[in-house]
This record gives sequence, structure tokens and C-alpha cells, in this order.
Amino acid sequence: MGAKRTDFIATVIIDLIVAAVVGILVFLLAYILISGLPHVSWSFLTGTTDAFSGAGGIGVQLFNSFYLLVLTMLISIPISLGAGIYLAEYAKDNWRTSLIRSAIEVLSSLPSVVVGLFGFLLFVVKFKIGFSVISGAIALTFFNLPLLTRNIEESLSAVPRDQREAGLSLGLSKWKTEIGIILPVALPGIVTGIVLSAGRVFGEAAALIYTAGQSAPVTNFSDWNPMDPASPLNPFRPAETLAVHIWKVNTEGLASNAAQLSAAASAVLIIAVLLFNLGARVLGNFLYRRVTASK
Amino acid sequence: MEQTNFQLKKQDAQSHDEWDARLHRATRATREDWMGRGISYLCIGVIILVVASMLWFITSKGIATFTQNHVSLWKFLSGTNWAPDQGQIGALPMIVGSFAVTFAAAIVATPFAVGTAIFMTEISPNKGRKLLQPVIELLVGIPSVVYGFIGLAVVVPFMRHLVGGSGFGIISATFVLFVMVLPTITTMTVDSLRAVPRHYKEASLALGATRWQTVSRVILRSATPGILTAVIFGMARAFGEALAVQMVIGNAAIMPKNLISPASTLTSQLTTGIGDTIDGTLPNNALWSLALILLLMSLFFNALVRFIAKRGQLKNGR
Repeated sequence: MGAKRTDFIATVIIDLIVAAVVGILVFLLAYILISGLPHVSWSFLTGTTDAFSGAGGIGVQLFNSFYLLVLTMLISIPISLGAGIYLAEYAKDNWRTSLIRSAIEVLSSLPSVVVGLFGFLLFVVKFKIGFSVISGAIALTFFNLPLLTRNIEESLSAVPRDQREAGLSLGLSKWKTEIGIILPVALPGIVTGIVLSAGRVFGEAAALIYTAGQSAPVTNFSDWNPMDPASPLNPFRPAETLAVHIWKVNTEGLASNAAQLSAAASAVLIIAVLLFNLGARVLGNFLYRRVTASK
Repeated sequence: MEQTNFQLKKQDAQSHDEWDARLHRATRATREDWMGRGISYLCIGVIILVVASMLWFITSKGIATFTQNHVSLWKFLSGTNWAPDQGQIGALPMIVGSFAVTFAAAIVATPFAVGTAIFMTEISPNKGRKLLQPVIELLVGIPSVVYGFIGLAVVVPFMRHLVGGSGFGIISATFVLFVMVLPTITTMTVDSLRAVPRHYKEASLALGATRWQTVSRVILRSATPGILTAVIFGMARAFGEALAVQMVIGNAAIMPKNLISPASTLTSQLTTGIGDTIDGTLPNNALWSLALILLLMSLFFNALVRFIAKRGQLKNGR
């Protein structure tokens, strides 16, 4: 067989592989949307779930997912911002920094179920907070911190040295330079990273099963006092999210229409994640144009 | 005269001290810098604390089986009977299950990932950027429970029709994991293919090699450490994936005899079991020991990646 012929065959095989990969994605999306979307209605999106069978709407779960996301981001953004600034600005190139880096790497490579179990052990077993929004949010923070930190560090380090030197030569402190000059320039990358991680947090379930819990008590959506037990904002109530709901319906659910339910819930979840991905791109581009004044 | 002079000198000394103090006092910028340093040290400290306490807690829980319940480590690792209620905790079925799905998924996914990566970097970079990049990003974005649901709704019935049985088993889990690790391996392989110096490729093409000869003998060869790293990252993801696997593998804690009978993995056993056991008892401790195995494997994959990175560097340096 000639070299040309081999080359041709190899190219065909690679083309087929690529077609298969694209086909898989198209199939996945089409399957979820076609089997799920017809069952998505306003009453499904806002309705309550039957606690026993798991049938019914996903209103509370949807709210829980967003609430957990917001809380997680409130906790993890400041910490990872500080840590990212440390790594990009203050960390010296020595054994201590490389130890810190490997610790972050270890945290990011831990399976999410292990992170969830640690949260369970710490908050539910040791501190006796019980399955709650706050336990779930902190577990998700553990899961989110390393990725966000790395993203922020990379965005900060990608800013040209000149900008840093310009700030320092004006007599600004390192901190002021970082916050006032470097951070705004790096913002598009950071925001893109944050929104992408939001998509990941939104779909995460393994870390939440034993921290935020698997039940979604019906909450009173007219009560916005976070201290009331029935308030949706109460951080100490159990909160099953949409992703956990899909898992629960499929494994333990007694609903007769479990397949339809989870298809519909999956469709909602997928659309939310797609919106996050799209939003990350659009927002990143927009901010980039605003900050750099380029068209 | 003498006295005044002395007084003046004293005054001088005083103001000198004052100036000295003033000059040595921290400026606003310095204080700001201290504050900033403090804040960022605090944040990194929090992360280190989280990692350290995670390792500590899970390790101390995981070894309780051996220190408190006096189960021998060897029996735990080699026993095939998992019935914690009766004091039987042989973890081998789960260990075998985890490794089986991990290796199988990696073996199936690697050719697809490398093929896609070659397409994206060498054959059609333009289409790669416009079409395949979003495809890969979307595949990464799909949550694992959705993969599990599709596995349950499509792959399991398909397997049931194809080979009979319940459809649950290692092969279904492999299918689901294959799609899940595909984007991980592809992205990292693309990075390592792009890192191959341009002149390698140009030299090969200039010698009259075809594209495939160049790709297979030059580019893939010099990107091998990177591709290996990518595969290991994919395996680490497959090994740690919990829910998607748990939904399709059937969750029977028995030694897997073939690929189509229900089995279980470390993660699936943990997900199903940890809520039903009481803290401090043997069944609970045994599950934490499974978690410890997961943790150690994750550390092992990490170390392996580092090792390969070092070896790769040495080779390039020579």
C-alpha cells in the first residue's frame, strides 16, 4: 500500500471519527430537547413536587438551584480572587508556592463525590447543621475554588508587564496596582471563567446529594425573611436542586412518568447550561470591548 | 553660650529623631500593600486549610475500619464478599468495577479523542475552531446526571436488546463514561499537538512525507507525553464519576463476571450507601474506606501526571 493511499485512508478514518463525535453531540441534544421540551410548561416550571413519588413540577428545585448558585458564587468569588491575586502577584517561585499549587491541583482533581462526602462529614455529621442550603453552598465552593482560582490567576498573569510597571512607577502600592489596573484589564477573562464555572456548579449533583439534601420542602414564596423556617431564603433548610432531582427521580422515584419528568427536567437543565455558556462568551466579548476600547 | 549650643544640639537631635521616625513610618501605599498581602494570604490560607482538612478527615475516617474495627487491610482489598451488615467487607468487586469502567472508557475514548484532535489541529484548523471547539465545549457542559439519564433511557435499553439481560452493567457504564471523558482527553490532546514546534512538521513535509506520515511519525510521537497526560486526566475523571455511573451500572456489589451483568464501582457504592448507614459503625466506616481508596487513586493520578510531565521535559531537553 502506497504512502498516498495510507494517507487517504487515515484522513477518511479521522473524518469518520469527527463525524461520529459531532453525531453524538447532535444526538444527545436532540434526544433531550425532543423528548423533554413537549413536557415543559409553565405549570411544570413553577409547580411543586409530590414529596412521595417525585412527580409534579420543579418550581422549588429550580429556585434552589439558582439560590445555591448565588450563595456559592458569593462565597467562592472573593476567596478565589484573593488566592488568584496571591498566586499571580505575591507568590515567589519557591517550594512553598509549588506546594500551594499542587494543593490546588489536588483539590481540583478530587472526585466531586469525595468533596460532597467531606461536606457531609463536616457540616451534617460534625457540626450538625443538617442537610441545608449553606452546607451545599460550601461544598460547591470547595469544588469550585480551585478552578476559579486558576482561571483568575491565568487572567491576571496574562496582563502585560508594562501595565504593572506603569502602576508601580506612579508610586501605587502593589495592591492598588493589582485592584485598580490589572484587575479591570483581566476582567473579561475572569468573568468568562466565572460564568462557565456557574454552568458547572448549576449542573453538579454528586457533591450535593449528602450536603444540600434530597428533599425540597415546599416553601412559602411570599415570605422573604431569611430567618423564617418556611422562607425560600432560609439557608438552613434542605434544598434539592434540579440536577439532584433528575438523579432522584431516576433512581428512587416512584412516579409513573419518571422518564418524561426527567427528560423535561434535563431539557431545562441543558438549556440553562447552554445559556451560561453562551452568556460567558457574549459577556466576555462585551467586557473585552468595553475595557480595551477595541471594536 | 555653651548652654544654648547644647540646647540647640538637643533640639536638633530631637527633630532628627522625629524626622527619622517620620521617614521610617510606613506610607499609605505600604500599609495598603500590607493589607492586600494579608487578604491574599488569608484567601490562599483558606484553600490550603480546606485541602489539608479534607485529606485529614477522609484519611482518619477511612482508616477507622482497620484501626477500630480491626479488619485486616489485605482482607478488605482482596475480599470479594461485600455485606457490611454481616461484617463482611471485601471491597474487591468495587475496586475491580471502578478500574474496569475506567480502563474501558479510556481505551474506547482515546482513538476518538486523538482523531478529533488531529482533525482540529492538522486537517482542518478552521472547521476545528468554528465547529468542533463548540461541540467539545458543549459536551463538557452537559451535567453528569443528564449523561446518566440518557444512559438509562437509551444505552441500557439498547444493550438489553442487543445482548439480553437487564442492560445494566460495565458496558453501559463504559458507553456513558466514554462520552464524558471524550472532551477532556480531546481538549488536552489538542493543546499538546499545538505545542509541537512548527519546524518539526515543516521538516517532515519538506522531506516529502505525506500528511499522515508526518502526523503519525512526527507529531504524535513528540506529543506523546502530552497525550498520555490527557488520557490520565480522562481516566481520573472516569474513576471519580459517581452519579452517571451509578445510574447505569446496576449497583450489585458482586464480582463482575462479564461486561453485561450488574456490577458496582467505588463511587456508586458510596452514593447509594452512605445515607443508609450510621456514623461510627462498621458499615459506615467501610464506606469511608472506599472513599479513601478514591482519594488515594486521585492522588496517584495526580502524581502520575507530574511524573510524565517531568519525563517529557527531560526528553525534549536532550
